[in-house]
Amino acid sequence: MSQDSQWPVWEVFVQANPGIPHKHVGNVHATDAEMAIQNARDVYTRRSEGISIWVVPANAISASSPEDQGSFFEPSNDKPYRHPTFYKIPEGVKYL
Amino acid sequence: MNLQEAKFQYLLRLGDSNLIIGHRLSEWCGAGPILEEDIALINIALDFVGNATALLTYAAEVEGKGRTEDDLAFLRGEREFRNLLMTEQPNGDYAATIARQFLYDVYTFYLYEALKSSKDETIAALAVKSHKEITYHLRHTTEWMYRLGNGTEESHERMQTALNDLWMFTNEFFDMDEVDALLIKEGVAADLEKIRTQWETRVKEVIAEATLQIPTTNFKQKGSREGKHSEHLGFLLAEMQSVHRSFPGAQW
Amino acid sequence: MEDQKQIEAFEAKIASGVKIEPKDWMPEAYRKQLIRMMSQHAHSEIVGMLPEGNWITRAPSLRRKAILLAKVQDEAGHGLYLYSATETLGIDRTELLEQLHTGKAKYSSIFNYPTLTWADIGAIGWLVDGAAIMNQTALARGSYGPYSRAMVRICKEESFHNRQGYEIMMHLAQGTPEQKAMAQDALNRWWWPAIMMLGPSDDQSPNSDQLMRWKVKMESNDAIRQRFIDRTVPQADFIGLSLPDKDLKFDETTGHYTHGPINWDEFFEVIKGNGPCNAKRLKARSDADKKGRWVRDAALAYAEKKKLKAA
Repeated sequence: MSQDSQWPVWEVFVQANPGIPHKHVGNVHATDAEMAIQNARDVYTRRSEGISIWVVPANAISASSPEDQGSFFEPSNDKPYRHPTFYKIPEGVKYL
Repeated sequence: MNLQEAKFQYLLRLGDSNLIIGHRLSEWCGAGPILEEDIALINIALDFVGNATALLTYAAEVEGKGRTEDDLAFLRGEREFRNLLMTEQPNGDYAATIARQFLYDVYTFYLYEALKSSKDETIAALAVKSHKEITYHLRHTTEWMYRLGNGTEESHERMQTALNDLWMFTNEFFDMDEVDALLIKEGVAADLEKIRTQWETRVKEVIAEATLQIPTTNFKQKGSREGKHSEHLGFLLAEMQSVHRSFPGAQW
Repeated sequence: MEDQKQIEAFEAKIASGVKIEPKDWMPEAYRKQLIRMMSQHAHSEIVGMLPEGNWITRAPSLRRKAILLAKVQDEAGHGLYLYSATETLGIDRTELLEQLHTGKAKYSSIFNYPTLTWADIGAIGWLVDGAAIMNQTALARGSYGPYSRAMVRICKEESFHNRQGYEIMMHLAQGTPEQKAMAQDALNRWWWPAIMMLGPSDDQSPNSDQLMRWKVKMESNDAIRQRFIDRTVPQADFIGLSLPDKDLKFDETTGHYTHGPINWDEFFEVIKGNGPCNAKRLKARSDADKKGRWVRDAALAYAEKKKLKAA
């Protein structure tokens, strides 16, 4: 007999209302996708917190690492022209 | 028997079955095979207790003798309970619980679907709400039938044994008497002969997909319509009613 | 050896209120301490289901039965959130549960006391959940992201537990003389264990300094205990129940209640495994785990078969 197992981990994302993104809420253990969805429903939407659920096998997620923080995210700090507040528009001009 | 008496009996049958099977499920609390399943089982138990409460509240109202849903749940003896024999069967191993729930879920799935068009508006409204919950319960138990039937040799064997042991209680699901006859005529109740056909088709499909066999037993148990139960119910009620009965007239 | 610079950067981050996330560098002692605390917390939730689960089948009304079911289910959910947060530290649930079943990991002392009457369900919700909330609200401000987020969620859900417990006690206290006696008896039995569950006195908690600096512990046990007592005494007065401490009185100068001596010998005995229900609780958990083994195996086997079929 193989090792005892608490089953693979699935990360859970719940959409709270129509029109907003799915948000990571935690994880559940399950042997297949259908079970993961049902478990996520029972664990994370007991108080009507959601209208849609995504589950993803935890080992299928790749993430950037904290060491990448500098090279990944700081370069955008000196590109203020990506933000609308960078531009001065004379008062009185509307709808911009 | 008049319409009111028939309705009262009918509501007890529906309500008691949900109450007792919910009670059985709640016995799993803290003992499930994995934490996620513990949570799922309690969720389902909670649905059953909620439905039972609504049905018994309405039963008490139909009876019109000033009794409450709690009076009905906690102050009737075992000969007055009308739950199906299936619902009082002990939990056994996980396969026995899944088999019991599955067989009952398929039954109530079609029964409550039919009751959605009951001419009694309260029953129809309750059926609409319940049917959504049952749809989920059935999805849950069906998946577990597949898992345990197909999983390992051990789980397959346990599942088959569970089905064999419980099969004799399925025939009673479709037992009809004068209560049903009267209420079907009035458009209040569902014709259980039709439900039987639907039940058989679905159960056969799932059992086949789970690589299990339909039990061949010829034993058939019935009696709950007249309050003749298996020996299990007395113990269940003794436990369930103990606090309530120890403090007559108390509020909780 | 851990780089002193790394530790300084780590501590500076915490001091500035930034949360530590799973993939961030952290001192080994921090990781270990968190695993110990968080798993202990998770175990407490699932062991905590047992004394209350004990009364689900006997709840005296349908409303109470539904509430208790929902509450115990929340506890299972909270156990799950906490295991899930602990797993982000690189340990899996199978191992955590094994630590529980072999007695290597601890859980809250309070759940080793028996629930003897229906009123105990009220006392637990009111006192035990009340004390737990005090502790958890503090922990929600802790430095480890996943733990802190789990705490926020748990605190939000748990306030109903506290209220339903108090409501049960209130009904009993205002009920028949027998009901009131039952409520008083439950309060007598749960008051001291509830006070003790917040942990030993500050002078007996050795490594508190570092834990406070790392925001693993947010407040001293004594401070949380004092707040719990200050808030709970008036609640007991309000429903006409008396607390089993003859030395309990309000100190006008400090604005706090002072209380009689706590029986720490009892506390340490229970922690050591000599509480009335230690053996029973552990056995229940470990039996459930053993009985569930074939079910877990079957579900895995089925998933494998399905995968092969699809391939």
